[in-house]
Amino acid sequence: MTRRSSAFRIAALALGFALLYLPIAVLVAYSFNASRLVTIWGGFSTRWYLALLDNEKYRTAALTSLEVAVMAASLALVLGACAGLAMNRFPRFRGRALFGFILLAPLVVPEVILGLSLLLLFVAAQSWLGWPASRGIATVTIAHATFAACFVSVLVRAQLAGFDRSLEEAALDLGARPLSVLWRITLPGISPALVSGWLLAFTMSLDDLVIASFVSGPSATTLPMAVYSSVRIGVSPEINALATVFLAVVVAMVALAGWVMARQERRRVAATATRVLP
Amino acid sequence: MLIGLPFLWLGMFFLLPLAIVAAISLAESADAIPPFRQLVEATAAGVENHATFANYLELAEGCLRVYAASLGNAALATVLCLLIGYPMAFAIARAPGVWRHLLLFFVMLPFWTSFLIRVYAWIALLQPTGLINRLLLASGLIEAPVPLLYNGFSVQLGLVYSYLPFMILPLYGSLARLDETLVEAASDLGARPWRIFAQVILPLTLPGIAAGSLLVFIPAVGEFVIPDLLGGPGTLMIGKLLWQEFFDNIDWPAASAVAVALVIVLSVPLLLAQRFLARAQAP
Repeated sequence: MTRRSSAFRIAALALGFALLYLPIAVLVAYSFNASRLVTIWGGFSTRWYLALLDNEKYRTAALTSLEVAVMAASLALVLGACAGLAMNRFPRFRGRALFGFILLAPLVVPEVILGLSLLLLFVAAQSWLGWPASRGIATVTIAHATFAACFVSVLVRAQLAGFDRSLEEAALDLGARPLSVLWRITLPGISPALVSGWLLAFTMSLDDLVIASFVSGPSATTLPMAVYSSVRIGVSPEINALATVFLAVVVAMVALAGWVMARQERRRVAATATRVLP
Repeated sequence: MLIGLPFLWLGMFFLLPLAIVAAISLAESADAIPPFRQLVEATAAGVENHATFANYLELAEGCLRVYAASLGNAALATVLCLLIGYPMAFAIARAPGVWRHLLLFFVMLPFWTSFLIRVYAWIALLQPTGLINRLLLASGLIEAPVPLLYNGFSVQLGLVYSYLPFMILPLYGSLARLDETLVEAASDLGARPWRIFAQVILPLTLPGIAAGSLLVFIPAVGEFVIPDLLGGPGTLMIGKLLWQEFFDNIDWPAASAVAVALVIVLSVPLLLAQRFLARAQAP
């Protein structure tokens, strides 16, 4: 490779990452700004973090969002894992093409359409079945689980594509029941996809504004909805602090998941090695 | 059971709702709860039909411009993402092992943080007293702050910024799978770097280009948060139109018609996306 081309590549990366990280860096820096004016630096301070702790609106909204995100991610994990396994294990069944389409479409369909259509479903269900009696945490959870399940299924399918089937076959040959093969071999084998799928579903639910705004009712305000209502009025340093906390939590969670998975992998390798080499 | 559960769920919470949207787009708006008239009403005189295409006619009369503007914005954002993302993906694919994982992680990281807050962060950067304008003023390049916010420029910037990772990841996937021996062969046979790129690398990474472009284009057409936070009064985007019809005008049938028309406009790219994405994750 010539020197010119490697200089070009480094420039491309520097430029691209500058675009991706400039706003985030500025946000974090100004969250420690003492001045109320978001564009003028008034010295280092943590006052906006303290103000955030006192803010009842954000606290309640954060709890609502966490509750929804945990439930939606767990539901999405089950649905997405089933869908991913089905697509991987059954090369042909009636309606597979349609199934494949409705698994991929929610990944790209604009959120306003998903939100509006689910809201109209809930309204129709309310007038025909009397359920849901009111919109809130339950309806937001269902909506988030639906689109997050599609993302989980993509991750599960990708992992299954590189999965060694001979272990399963060996277990079946040795007389294990299919369900126990699934539980003891297949699911542990795809656990990285399950962990990252749950985390992805969790953060997507935590992050969603558009769908939640459509399907939620007055009883439940999620954190993005609370943030949006104040962002519309104008820029506030409290939001910078909130964003920084959010970023720190996400980075910590992703790092933790990576560390746990790496440790499991090392243990598994070590366990196999000790079994093979007495 | 494996097929049934997710199939039933997605049928109930994805396909059925779309059908309901299509039905309500034919309804008349009304001052009631929910704010529309039933399509068919049973009265003493028999069954009355209230279905109408009025919402679509109104849409065709007043809003074609919005659709054209949204498609144009999304197309431009796709091209810009491709121009910025391709060199990045190329550089990541050629980076040494440890670096490759680290760089990919940093491409993914913004995706894990709040979208709303990332878009909002640009407001502080772009406003007349913001960092960019002050840097430009200090450097003497400009004499008065340039309007960077609440116009077409800021919306375009927001779209490119937000959707860039969606372009880089599939491009990286197809560049990482690229057979190096083909590049070496072309180079040994005396092809110039530019020709190798145009005749070997580019055609082989077309599936990645297609997948990335669709992942950027389709959601960008219906984007709401970016035009709402960064756009000005002159910014026309379908996502915002739908939102306004629904939340501000409380006209659910009109919002449904906007949604149906959007699905129709996006149906061709959606089917293409299905093909390319399914191929990318086969079997």
